[in-house]
Amino acid sequence: MTAAVSALDAPPVERQLAFDMAKRGLPVAPILVAVAGAIWGWAGAASAAFAVALVLLNFAVAAVSLSWAGKRSIALLMGVSLFGYIFRLALITVAVLAVKDQSWVKLVPLGLTLIVTHLGLLFWEAKHVSVSLAFPALTPQKKGI
Amino acid sequence: MMNLVLAAQNADELLKGLGAVGAGIGYGAAAIGPGIGIGIVVGNAITAMARQPEAAGMVRTTMFLGIAFTEALALIGFVVFILLKFT
Repeated sequence: MTAAVSALDAPPVERQLAFDMAKRGLPVAPILVAVAGAIWGWAGAASAAFAVALVLLNFAVAAVSLSWAGKRSIALLMGVSLFGYIFRLALITVAVLAVKDQSWVKLVPLGLTLIVTHLGLLFWEAKHVSVSLAFPALTPQKKGI
Repeated sequence: MMNLVLAAQNADELLKGLGAVGAGIGYGAAAIGPGIGIGIVVGNAITAMARQPEAAGMVRTTMFLGIAFTEALALIGFVVFILLKFT
């Protein structure tokens, strides 16, 4: 006789994905900051660093909240996904509006870095996840190995 | 002459106001689409988990990435909003 399997028994995969993205994002962040600094100066570099931090924080908050909800109930997962989206969007909006008038902020590099980092990390992670959905951190193997 | 100056000032304010309204509507519209998208993603993920509970880990992995990809659209809308409104 086998024990009944529940969807709530699944491991907290969201945390693993967010950790992977942070692990990949942190080494790339200095490159983004340097590029923004070369084009827009110190303000551009600071804005890019702020944007990278915002994106990583956004992923971390999403992962923690979804993992927490996924352990409790499927209905809660639905609620947390939708209200979490609104909450995180509001968080990003408030964070950017709070600093927009600071002397170290330039909105163009800030906005561009937000989009580039978010999409870049996602595509990078999706490429690795596509190898095996069960093991998100698995690195793709080269052909012939 | 005074009327012309006033008319010019009003036109400037009108343009500013219309710009703010347009940016607000754009941001709102850009947030509604991903909201619907996330609802569809999570709804289907929950259906999949209910049908196959042993695959919940895989489903949630895909769901998380789906949510994040959908959210990118809202982020693009937000960036367009701040660039239109504040630059």
